[in-house]
This record gives sequence, structure tokens and C-alpha cells, in this order.
Amino acid sequence: MSGPSVVVLDYGSGNVHSAAKALEEVGARVELTAVPARVAEADGLVVPGVGAFAAVMRALEAVRGPELIDRRLAGGRPVLGICVGMQVLFERGIERGEDTEGLGQWPGVVSQLESDILPHIGWNSVEAPDGSVLFSGLRDERFYFVHSNAALEWVLPPDGPLPAPRLTWSQHGGRFLAAVENGPLSATQFHPEKSGQAGLRLLANWVATLKGD
Amino acid sequence: MELPVRVIPCLDVAEGRVVKGVNFLGLQDAGDPVELSRKYYEQGADELTFLDVNATVDNRSTTYDLVTRTAEQVFIPLTVGGGVRSADDVARLLGAGADKVGLNSAAIARPDLIDEIADRFGAQVLVLSLDVKRSGGRFIVTTHGGREDTPIGALDWVIESIERGAGELLVNSIDADGTKAGFDLDLISAIREVSSVPVIASGGAGSVDDFAPAVRAGADAVLAASVFHHGELTIGDVKRAMADNGIRVRS
Repeated sequence: MSGPSVVVLDYGSGNVHSAAKALEEVGARVELTAVPARVAEADGLVVPGVGAFAAVMRALEAVRGPELIDRRLAGGRPVLGICVGMQVLFERGIERGEDTEGLGQWPGVVSQLESDILPHIGWNSVEAPDGSVLFSGLRDERFYFVHSNAALEWVLPPDGPLPAPRLTWSQHGGRFLAAVENGPLSATQFHPEKSGQAGLRLLANWVATLKGD
Repeated sequence: MELPVRVIPCLDVAEGRVVKGVNFLGLQDAGDPVELSRKYYEQGADELTFLDVNATVDNRSTTYDLVTRTAEQVFIPLTVGGGVRSADDVARLLGAGADKVGLNSAAIARPDLIDEIADRFGAQVLVLSLDVKRSGGRFIVTTHGGREDTPIGALDWVIESIERGAGELLVNSIDADGTKAGFDLDLISAIREVSSVPVIASGGAGSVDDFAPAVRAGADAVLAASVFHHGELTIGDVKRAMADNGIRVRS
């Protein structure tokens, strides 16, 4: 097997089994672990996440997740956040009135979607920008969402030398961020591992960016 | 923008096999769950639901194994209900590969269980399942697959369970279940009026024309079992019929 190695961060967050199996399906060598050396060495790291923002942050901190993610990104090593694993990448999350500090990789706040019917559960469409790597070959596909909170806007960082992030939007009531591609750090609010063939293609697109052995 | 209506085949499972009965009685063997799940996935099912119809402490490992084997092959959401009695049961099902869990009798016996599960895993994992029938001019909640009545009004229970943290409602009409005479439209619209979470309509589907009325009555998703298992209808048939009626589906 010569596929890239991917660690799915195992920190007690819901169904990590499916993410691991979906990544294997698209050719990655997958390990479910939170052992720091393994997390640091893998070609790619997937940070899943279900449940409350604050609970996910606590669980991440218990396995030194924030530090492990920081170190990987400092070295330009790819990280993919999924669902609440995307939400915690922002500065703060506000959920049921509780304001929690996030990982702060991106500016902005995660808050409740503007819809009469929540959670947002089902297969929604997305608007991906030109040049998106994750959504390459995936025009007009739908992805599976199950969440009540999201980043409702992207707070532009000051002009800098880095390329602008690629933002993908979706809509439920108001619009919200469905995915972000920002150098080595990518994330999806939906569950690619639960989005059928389209989701597998997206994961394959991400795995294809990883450097194998 | 509107979400497409989800079409969800439900597999009633017992000891690792699919079963189906009329009005919950007279269970018949209807096939291998993993094989059927893969078939429905290929037909375009939007989610899958397993209902462990005679879950006991003794046979739970069969269900966990079934969930794991299904989740390895089928990359759409999987809800598992039946016999869920504690937050630890939920942790085990999620760990085995389930995305959501269905909660029914145990929540009626001890409503705090809803809060405990929602606090630990989030409301989005918790599908509150209600077996509802008409009694004395109103809708009441039943237990034991519809065999025992409770004094609880279905609409009151919906409001309370959402406040406590239910993320979705699976509304099964005991009056319509297994009759193939169509969904209970009055029940669906009554629940829709009081629900701020997605509503899955269940019970009574017999032909492709039964699904669109359920959606117009307020269902966000439609669930059926026997019409799919016996090969009478495919997921595609149901989606085409809804699309012909102007209802958005995922193609």
C-alpha cells in the first residue's frame, strides 16, 4: 500500500468509524489515534466532531488537540476539519448562550443558523468558488448536513502575503460557510463521509493533495 | 432555498435479519440488512434507519456488529433505534458506526434521558420516535410497538421532547402502519404545527402516490419499510413520483 497516511483524530467524538472507512475507500492508509507522534507524522490529519462546541473543545484539549493542530499547520501539513471539527477552527462559538473560545485559526464567530427549522438536516447544495480543489469535478452535487450552528460570515483577514482562502457557501434560512480551503487547512461543515459518491469524491480530492511515502 | 425531501427506507431488524409485520404483529423474514442497505444506497436512499424490534441486553452485540458492517459499505447517514436506554447505549451505537439514534419508550419512561443524550452528543444525534394512535378524539403516544396506550398526548410530548433536546421526530402512525392505505396526513400536519425540528413521516405507505401528500402535510422526510423490502417500489420510483408532483428530491 502506497496511499498517503491519514490520522483521524480519535478523541471520543461520535462516529469516527465512518470517516475512517470513507478515507480508506478512497485509497488512504487510515489510523484512528490521538498519539501525538502519529498525529504529527501523518500525511494528513482529519479532525471530526459532533456535539456541542464547548464539549468538542474540552475533548480536543484533553488530547492536546489544539497544540497538535498548530504544529502541523506551522509545518504546512494538511488538516481537514469536519462538522464541529470545522466550527472549532474559528475564534469563538456561541451556542445556547454559551460563548466558548475556539482554536482561532480563522477569524469570526460560529453561531446559530437563521432558520425556523433546526437542526439543518439533509442534502443541501453548495456554491464552490472557481479553483476549488475539494470540489473539483463536483458541480451541482449535494452534501449531507446535520447541524444547527455554523460560521455565518467570513471575516476577512488583513491583506497579507498569503493567498486568499477559497470559500464555499450554502443556505438554510440565511447563508453560511459550507467549506473553507485555506492553504494546508481545509474544512467542511457537511459530512463528506456521509454524502455518498459525491462525498467520497471530495475526500479523494483532499487525499490527492497529500504527499504519500 | 428548500432542502430536498429525504426518502428513508427503514429496516426493522431482529437477530441480525430484516423483519416486517402488519401492525407490529406476525413478523416475517425480509432479508439480509447489509445487502438491503447497499441496494437502497445504490437506488439513491438519502438515509437509512434500522429499528431493532426486539432488542434486549442479550442480543445487542448482534446489532452493533450489523451497524459496523453496514457503515463500512454504505456512505449515507444511518439511524439506529430500538432498545436505547442510556447515554452509554448511544455512545456504543455511535462508536459502532451509527450517526443518529432513535429513542422511544425509554424517553417516555424517563424524559430526562433526552436531556442527557442531547447534552452529551448534541440534539442532532437524537431522533425522537413516537408511535401515535387516535384515542378519544386526540392523538396519544403508545409504547411496546403500539400495544400499550399511555395517557400522554402526542402533541404535548413533541413540544416537551424538543425543549429537552430532540433534534428530529420520527412520527409513526399505529393506525396506518402496515395498512398500505397511505400516511396519516392529519397526524403529520398536527405535528408539523407544533414542531421546530424536522419531521419524518412513517406508517402506511403503499404506493408511489402516497408520498407527495405526506410532504404537503408537512413532512421533511418520508420513511417506509415493506414497500421497499418486497420490491414493490424502488427509492427511485418514489423520488420520481414526488418530483412529478413538484417536490424537490435529490436525484
